Amino acid sequence: MMMTAALDAPTELDVGNLVLDDIDVSDPQLYQDDTWHAYFARLRREDPVHYCRQSQYGPYWSVTKYRDIMQVEINHQVYSSDGAISILDPPKGLERQSFIAMDPPKHDEQRLVVSPAVAPDNLAKMESLIRQRTGRVLDGLPRNETFDWVDRVSIELTTMMLATLFAYPWDDRRQLTYWSDLVIANVDAPDSPVHSEEEKFVELTKMTEALRKLFYERAQLPPKFDLLSMLAHSNATRDMPFRELMGNLSLLIVGGNDTTRNSMTGGLMALSQHPREYQKLRDDPSLIPGMVSEIIRYVTPVIHMRRTALKDAELGGKQIKKGDKVVMWYVSGNRDPEGIEDPDNFIIDRPRPRQHLSFGFGIHRCVGNRLAELQLRILWEEIMQRYPVIEVLGPARRVYSNFIHGIRSLPVRIPASVSARSVTHGPTPPPRTAD
Amino acid sequence: MPKITYIEYGGRKHEVEVPLGRSVMRGAIDNDIPGIDADCGGECACATCHVYVDESWLATAGTPVPGSQEASMLSFSALTQPNSRLSCQIKVGEALDGLIVRMPEGQH
Repeated sequence: MMMTAALDAPTELDVGNLVLDDIDVSDPQLYQDDTWHAYFARLRREDPVHYCRQSQYGPYWSVTKYRDIMQVEINHQVYSSDGAISILDPPKGLERQSFIAMDPPKHDEQRLVVSPAVAPDNLAKMESLIRQRTGRVLDGLPRNETFDWVDRVSIELTTMMLATLFAYPWDDRRQLTYWSDLVIANVDAPDSPVHSEEEKFVELTKMTEALRKLFYERAQLPPKFDLLSMLAHSNATRDMPFRELMGNLSLLIVGGNDTTRNSMTGGLMALSQHPREYQKLRDDPSLIPGMVSEIIRYVTPVIHMRRTALKDAELGGKQIKKGDKVVMWYVSGNRDPEGIEDPDNFIIDRPRPRQHLSFGFGIHRCVGNRLAELQLRILWEEIMQRYPVIEVLGPARRVYSNFIHGIRSLPVRIPASVSARSVTHGPTPPPRTAD
Repeated sequence: MPKITYIEYGGRKHEVEVPLGRSVMRGAIDNDIPGIDADCGGECACATCHVYVDESWLATAGTPVPGSQEASMLSFSALTQPNSRLSCQIKVGEALDGLIVRMPEGQH
């Protein structure tokens, strides 16, 4: 029905008529309009490691196939993350360092500080809290009335999670949402909260000052299992310079929130576009864990990651030169038929659903991937306990970005007639408690 | 064919034959043994095929080379112990007939 690719999306034929060298997949408009598919289909077929000589980000290589992306991922000695992990270079003079944009050994030292927050034993402790909150948010949704799924569910749940991870003052938690949107904002987009890199830096400075206050407070208290306390108590991070604190806080805020937010929305969109899969889910909610991986693949919340070649190298038969910008397009690798069978279809019970590129691979693999999966699994378990049908009523409004595959809003409705819990499977949700 | 014993975190044992030359990870996947995810398919790039090698087999199975990709990936798991390995990096040979590996509480 609605929400297939936009009506004016280029077809394979349109894209086929372009001169190969002229293809530039870095244009953020392609992702806001959801028109990127045909470009990557052609690149994967005809020029899987493609050089774009000229773009608003300068020249860059596009790596579009699953296998080639994996080769870049595991070879951090050649393909460095130092200084920049997106196609957009950091604004001169306004750089901020974070461990995602570092190489070993410093990357390893800082990553190890935060990883216990999302280790299996800690996740097990968080599960019941996440379930209670999810149930409460879902119970509070209107029936038979159009509302924005992104604001009421995706943002609400992931912001709560982020507030818990940071032990951030609960009532002010939407401040975290603002900061997250700020960090990922493309300053050229009309709906960006800031309109220049300088303005963005001013706001990020305010963010860092506010969080640094909590960081200092926690340094004086015994260590706890929140990210600020962990950073404040570790030798590797307690004396970070201001810019590095800014960078790492930005990373944790976006990583701990925005990507899952968009999977929460994108999953509902995918189900509504694939009614047979939605029915499969209703018939058998035990498919949820595999479906969660499929959602994360299909949505691909991070569009690309960028590396910089530290030396000359060969990739897919092409000669990469020292200093070249190499962009791994996860959106494309996740749609590569040689990496994933029938990749353009959303199949909630596909075999080996965990084999996708959305979390990245190698030493920079998403540190919070299990927490993301846990939140999505609980969300869908609790949805299926309550609402067998959620109708998507209109197109999603997407974010103008070639980096974060964001969804700003999605109008939905829960029909009053099928909201009863009587049609549910499994145990009743746990009792509600206050946060 | 060498026999490998996989013991799930909960204690359930699976004794299976794994062809020579396969990885210990592949042996688990081919036999649908739960507890090993192998998200990257054997590229030593995700650490979701993490196992603990039974102490009596440690000398034969070996430990990760310091500074290797395997050591690096394992260092990011909160559950790593001195006998941790990524099972995609253990190749099954005659000498490993009888190998026992245990699964961690979770793959990360």
